[in-house]
Amino acid sequence: MDKGKRYVPTATPETKHFWDGTRQGRLVLQQCRQCEHTYFPPRPFCCKCGSRDVAPRECSGRARLYSYVISHRAAPGFEAPYSIAVVELEEGPRLMTNIINVPQTPEALVLDMPLRVTFKELSNEITLPLFEPQGEAS
Amino acid sequence: MSKAQAAIVGAAETTRIGVVPDMSQLQLHADAAINALADAGIAAGKIDGLATAGEDPVLLAHYLGIKPTWIDGTAVGGCSFMMHVRHAVAAIRQGLCSTVLITHGESGKSRVPAPFFPWPPQPMSLVGQFEAPFGVVGAPTMFTIPVLRYLKTYGISLEKLAMVPVIQRQWAALNPKATFKDPITVDDVLASRMVAYPFTLLMCCPQTDGGGALIITAPERATEFSSSPVYVLGSGEASETTMISQMEDFTSSAAFRSSGAAAFKDAGISHHDVDHLMIYDAFAHLPLYGLEDLGFCGRGEAADMIAEGHTAPGGSLPVNTNGGGLSYMHSGMYGMYALQESVRQVRGIAPAQVPNAKISVAHGVGGMFSVSSTIVLGNLVP
Repeated sequence: MDKGKRYVPTATPETKHFWDGTRQGRLVLQQCRQCEHTYFPPRPFCCKCGSRDVAPRECSGRARLYSYVISHRAAPGFEAPYSIAVVELEEGPRLMTNIINVPQTPEALVLDMPLRVTFKELSNEITLPLFEPQGEAS
Repeated sequence: MSKAQAAIVGAAETTRIGVVPDMSQLQLHADAAINALADAGIAAGKIDGLATAGEDPVLLAHYLGIKPTWIDGTAVGGCSFMMHVRHAVAAIRQGLCSTVLITHGESGKSRVPAPFFPWPPQPMSLVGQFEAPFGVVGAPTMFTIPVLRYLKTYGISLEKLAMVPVIQRQWAALNPKATFKDPITVDDVLASRMVAYPFTLLMCCPQTDGGGALIITAPERATEFSSSPVYVLGSGEASETTMISQMEDFTSSAAFRSSGAAAFKDAGISHHDVDHLMIYDAFAHLPLYGLEDLGFCGRGEAADMIAEGHTAPGGSLPVNTNGGGLSYMHSGMYGMYALQESVRQVRGIAPAQVPNAKISVAHGVGGMFSVSSTIVLGNLVP
């Protein structure tokens, strides 16, 4: 671990369900009941059709590696080099994450490789969704 | 071509750029403003509109002794100054003010004080909740994230990406004010220190000190000023997202496409009318996205266009002729310097002058592909 305290986010009323989910080991996005659009980040209305009629949608946790960098800069709580990635969930939306349990090298991190979600507890309130190659032990 | 919308009658950078530890950010704004006023041949009292980003416009107005009746504090990152030009044109046409001063000043290197960059973000913000926890530390680890997807989609090598800083250094070599002037090779670029794979140090802009200012008025008033006028022919602006992870297409910027197309339409020009182009380049991939999203080549073709020398000295479309953010200077919000180089080129006074440059496009970005603004400038009254 690098020096300094790792950044810990704070939930808002609109995002609480997402962080409640990750704390329970579930990746919960939202889906519009009117147009069926599944979206991220959380908000209490559909960003495609504007409807407020939206419901939580638990995701499979399966994703593919969409793009990334390997940061060689120091960040509090991270040991460089480390990947900062964007993954595309099976359900469509993309999110930022880290790819773990794999060497942090261009050779090991191959675009479109299949990934699955895993969770890392940062505090009593916040558990981060991270991703690892499918088939690896978590 | 559309009618001239406004005239730039004053344009100047700070007296010195690069490392200027003896000027605060506020004074960099003022130094550039005083130089632009001298270029226009007017006193500060003639200014009745003020636009700036990175500094409080009210504080700046008082510091300069200006009493504006129109104020624009649009601050959306590096392209804010392009937007100020666009907004000033609208304000002048609407009669809200007659003579607008736009200033930029940033102590990016000497940090007197450090430029305002809201990092770490508020833990309750969307970036704070859904990006900051994953170890992003500013632009080099965020703006860069889309490029591997771009390179894979179009089958472009890192060597081709490395040609962007190589070619821009060729322009910088012709500019005595450029921060970096020594020639570099693809090998130099790839062998330089890794910042955030695949970006090495030479694919990232430096941090420097400096500023710039513009004075804008109605086109029919251009002859009242001592400078040779440059006309605003058209403009565009567009936004996408402040979250790089939510950029819709990692191989193309929606904000670039929208802003660029709007500016070309507004100016009534097509691509073959453009003699000179500035594309905001905080990192090596931006000219690739810029050339494609502005429509100067097809998707995935920009790397070849650059590698084949079309944007280099002597090429058919000179791009980033001051050396760009990668080699000329980059204080943090580079857009003002792109505008200044476009003005110099159409005035015919640039260090690396493009012969007979009549129309220049300055294309800016704010944040990490978050927002964009594009300005079309010309030296003739259409």
